[in-house]
Amino acid sequence: MNRVLVDARRLLCPMPVIRVQNSVANLPAGTLVVAYCSDPGALNDIPAWCRINGHRVVEMHSTEGEYVVVLEVGAG
Amino acid sequence: MTEQRKALAMISGGLDSLLAAKLVQEQGVHVEGINFFTGFCVEGHTHAIRKRSSSKPKRNNALWVAEQLGIKLHIVDIIEEYKQVVFNPRYGYGANLNPCLDCKIFMVQKAHQWCQQHGFDFVITGEVVGQRPMSQRKDTMPLVSKRSGAEERLLRPLSARNLPETLPERMGWVSREQLLALSGRGRKPQIALARHYGFDDFAQPAGGCCFLTDAQYSSKLADLWQARGRKEYELDDIMLLKVGRHFRPKPHFKVIIAREEGEGNFLQGYRKQYLSIVSLSHPGPLALVDGEVGDKDIELAASLVARYGKGRDVPRVEMEIRTPSGSSFLLNVQPMAASSIPEQWYL
Repeated sequence: MNRVLVDARRLLCPMPVIRVQNSVANLPAGTLVVAYCSDPGALNDIPAWCRINGHRVVEMHSTEGEYVVVLEVGAG
Repeated sequence: MTEQRKALAMISGGLDSLLAAKLVQEQGVHVEGINFFTGFCVEGHTHAIRKRSSSKPKRNNALWVAEQLGIKLHIVDIIEEYKQVVFNPRYGYGANLNPCLDCKIFMVQKAHQWCQQHGFDFVITGEVVGQRPMSQRKDTMPLVSKRSGAEERLLRPLSARNLPETLPERMGWVSREQLLALSGRGRKPQIALARHYGFDDFAQPAGGCCFLTDAQYSSKLADLWQARGRKEYELDDIMLLKVGRHFRPKPHFKVIIAREEGEGNFLQGYRKQYLSIVSLSHPGPLALVDGEVGDKDIELAASLVARYGKGRDVPRVEMEIRTPSGSSFLLNVQPMAASSIPEQWYL
């Protein structure tokens, strides 16, 4: 399965959401997007954005000040 | 079968835009939301930076509103384009550096263009006649419709019956009778309506949603422009204006001192761009120096930063000075007395 990486480190919300949104706009359903963030707010905002736009968060974890959200692009 | 019409709601994250979108959605119109990020939005950043806010849930209110309505939300980065609105507002600034009328015209214009590109029929805002001194007056609201290019395709559901009929009303896409006639700065009707719809926990930012309406923030931005000799900024500049205590000891440099741990963590991310100062001998805040500085300037800045650490009352404090390239050296300084800090240094 295709994986697309989004580097949103050193960005404060809503910029990580915007980066993810702009990346997802060009991707087919089923693609996995892995977002690397340093703002913990991304752990709330990216899932909220996914819920309202029809995408699915499949994994979230954090290590040493870095927050990772993995989502699967929905059918739109 | 009647074609379902599509409306784009400008969602700030506040109650008015939530209610305006809900009123139109209830009439069977397909609604999606748009939210513009200028870089000056209070939303999000202060929650992320300040540690003392960490007890509150970190949420983006525009996303929350969209979720309450069950609509899609498109968040648009307009940081670069927005600069011209801030630098040269045709209709001037408000009480501070807030170009509210130009801002509203610009955002409605962007929303209208989005509608044209995506096959949407009209724009919705949460504006209420008489609610804001610049952009939401009976005489300026028609100006927003006209200058934005949206014209009759701009609907303000909360105040529609106080305003001339718009295209969605005339075409029967929405019923004017089911729209409202709110006016003024009172909040009671909106709160009652929120209760009617079962919305609670909605955001009510006391100071508005834009840092440019804040006197202290505007004063720091004006200082930045004066120091640089022209109106300009990058995103990092306007982010840093939101953080820490700002001092300008000399015209050619500024010192930004973290006020608490969250701000210190945030400033850490800028140590590769700015000279930074921190106390080694005593606990104390991280500070950044913005400007080209010489040895005497660095010593002055270090003495000022030492004033805000635990070593403020001891004769000498050891400070580490780190350059953006990562090299560092130590300075032994006398912490500046509070009474020695001239009033004009404070920004």
